[in-house]
Amino acid sequence: MAIRETSARHEALGLDEDDLRRMHYYMLLARRVDERSWILNRQGKAAFVISCQGQEGAQVGAAYNMRPGHDYLYPYYRDSGMTLLLGQTPRDQFLSLLGKREDPNSGGRQMPGHYSSRELNIVTASAPVGVQFPQAAGTALAFKMRGEDGVVLACGGEASTSGGDWHEAMNFAGIHDLPVVFLIENNVYAISTPTKLEVAGSIAKRAEGYGFPGHEVDGNDVLAVYEVAREAFERARAGEGPTLIEAKTYRMTAHSSDDDDRRYRERQEIEEWRQKDPIVRFEKYLMEHDLLDEERKEEVDTEIKAEVAEASEYAENAPFADPEDVLLGVYAEG
Amino acid sequence: MAEKTYREALREGMVHEMDNDESVVLMGEDIGVYGGTHLITDGLIDEYGPKRVIDTPISEGGFTGAAIGMAMMGMKPVVEMMTWNFSFLASDQIIQNAAKVRYFSGGQVEVPLVIRGPNGGGVQLSAQHTHSLENMYGHFPGLKVVSPVTPNDVKGMMITAIRDPNPVIFLEAGALYGTKGEVEEGDNAIEFGKARVAREGSDVTLIAYGRQVNLCLRAADTLEEEDGVSAEVIDLRSIRPFDEDTIVESVEKTHRAVTVQEQWRWFGVASEVAAIIQERAFDYLDAPVERVSGAEVPAPYARNLELAAFPSEKQVTNAARRALYIEEK
Repeated sequence: MAIRETSARHEALGLDEDDLRRMHYYMLLARRVDERSWILNRQGKAAFVISCQGQEGAQVGAAYNMRPGHDYLYPYYRDSGMTLLLGQTPRDQFLSLLGKREDPNSGGRQMPGHYSSRELNIVTASAPVGVQFPQAAGTALAFKMRGEDGVVLACGGEASTSGGDWHEAMNFAGIHDLPVVFLIENNVYAISTPTKLEVAGSIAKRAEGYGFPGHEVDGNDVLAVYEVAREAFERARAGEGPTLIEAKTYRMTAHSSDDDDRRYRERQEIEEWRQKDPIVRFEKYLMEHDLLDEERKEEVDTEIKAEVAEASEYAENAPFADPEDVLLGVYAEG
Repeated sequence: MAEKTYREALREGMVHEMDNDESVVLMGEDIGVYGGTHLITDGLIDEYGPKRVIDTPISEGGFTGAAIGMAMMGMKPVVEMMTWNFSFLASDQIIQNAAKVRYFSGGQVEVPLVIRGPNGGGVQLSAQHTHSLENMYGHFPGLKVVSPVTPNDVKGMMITAIRDPNPVIFLEAGALYGTKGEVEEGDNAIEFGKARVAREGSDVTLIAYGRQVNLCLRAADTLEEEDGVSAEVIDLRSIRPFDEDTIVESVEKTHRAVTVQEQWRWFGVASEVAAIIQERAFDYLDAPVERVSGAEVPAPYARNLELAAFPSEKQVTNAARRALYIEEK
């Protein structure tokens, strides 16, 4: 029976009902925060939105292996599913989106989606893609040199594997057997350029050339991503070195609020991927295992929507930084 | 005080901090067994081992990025650029990341990183090995940029650079690694943002940094011998932060200024110095501020051509003479 086989799946992974509910909660929370962000943009309140929609499964599945505040996360600008899971709140996200003083990432200094938290070990991302990977390797080297068991999760889209920085980081991590997990969320587009024009061969298979394992996984299957990432984290903690994961997924929105994706892709293609929406798929799985029903699903969604509405309202009413604050935070006092 | 080469003094500064703080590590191409292509780290791998003297692949962006990641963890990497010219390959990491991480994190994160290596030319390595990047890096808030010229300064400023919680661009006078000078023993940390009066004088102020300070000192001797002119020479030492007061005080005394740089004239440090003088000492000036710069060409290889492309003693003395309204020679 198919149901029995899949039932064994989360149990075999050591995930209990509470784990599954948390995964579902954070995937849906990321989606609803994202949707609300677009509304704020269309209302003229948010200057810029960059989206996680479609990639929540890959994000929550991978980051569910992290120990917040212990392991390090180098997210890329779509990884709000990860930062929410690690402990940032919808309020934090909207404060950042609207560039408010209380924005815990940067106090209104950096674009939305570029998360930063000293407390949660989330490192601010670079807008030029791929630059985070060498830094992540350096952080992993620091863990190794100190004899600590921390793991670094370094993320990017497939587009970030085209430049030199990613390869330099892969090479460096391979040379020193560093405790780093490279997660490539292959969402099919580099803004408008499809993978066939930006990726030669297989991303996952490139790991072999650097001397460590590479796995391709269905990025819209949160449990599959969790499983492969769990193995990667265990490997890293055991001092066995890096792992590359290529999670095949899809960017369901335009690249950003400054982009019109009708110029380069068919609506039908997006519709086809909507059928594979990681949240819908996971809900189906949960329902098949009596862990969720329509009523409970509505309850969760209502709860999340209320939280998102409250957070958005709070951020909209929050003060902007004083203009004089513009000069703060450039240099550390020595 | 003992006499030491610039190279020895530089190494001594790094060693001083490596002994003080085990989070200080060296990274770069060929810095281990090979001792660095300029022998700056010669012998250090024997003393500190490969964990603290890390040979990297030829991947400037990669190892600079790694150093940023280590620095954010509280380590203190000192990265060698084989020459600063190769830092263009790492410029996104330096300019877009090291300099901005603190600001982008709303002041949460420090990047205590030193990037060091030879800057400028003078050793026949042609254009892709010959740039003076102090104006480029000096342009970006978030970086500190220093350019020591004496052995004592290179040691003391390296100590300060390693202790600084910000990314420091440490521009060494590559052509002067073998030159000697008196170096203080022990901890001679030198504060950034303090210029040095390298020679006192009363008639004209020559302002430079790095290797051109020595050119100005020779020009000052010539001016004294041939023209009876007393030239003051100021060594900026630090490009960012910048010591305006020492320059202004000197010009208030001499009423004339010549700024000298190896880099190209346009948009250079000398232009910035001239602007500061006209802003803050305009009423004291008896002549326009003169600028002496490199020729507007990529640096050539042949010795005679290279010399023709860099500022010469004659250009400096004649600039001073113009400022003094005496005949050029």
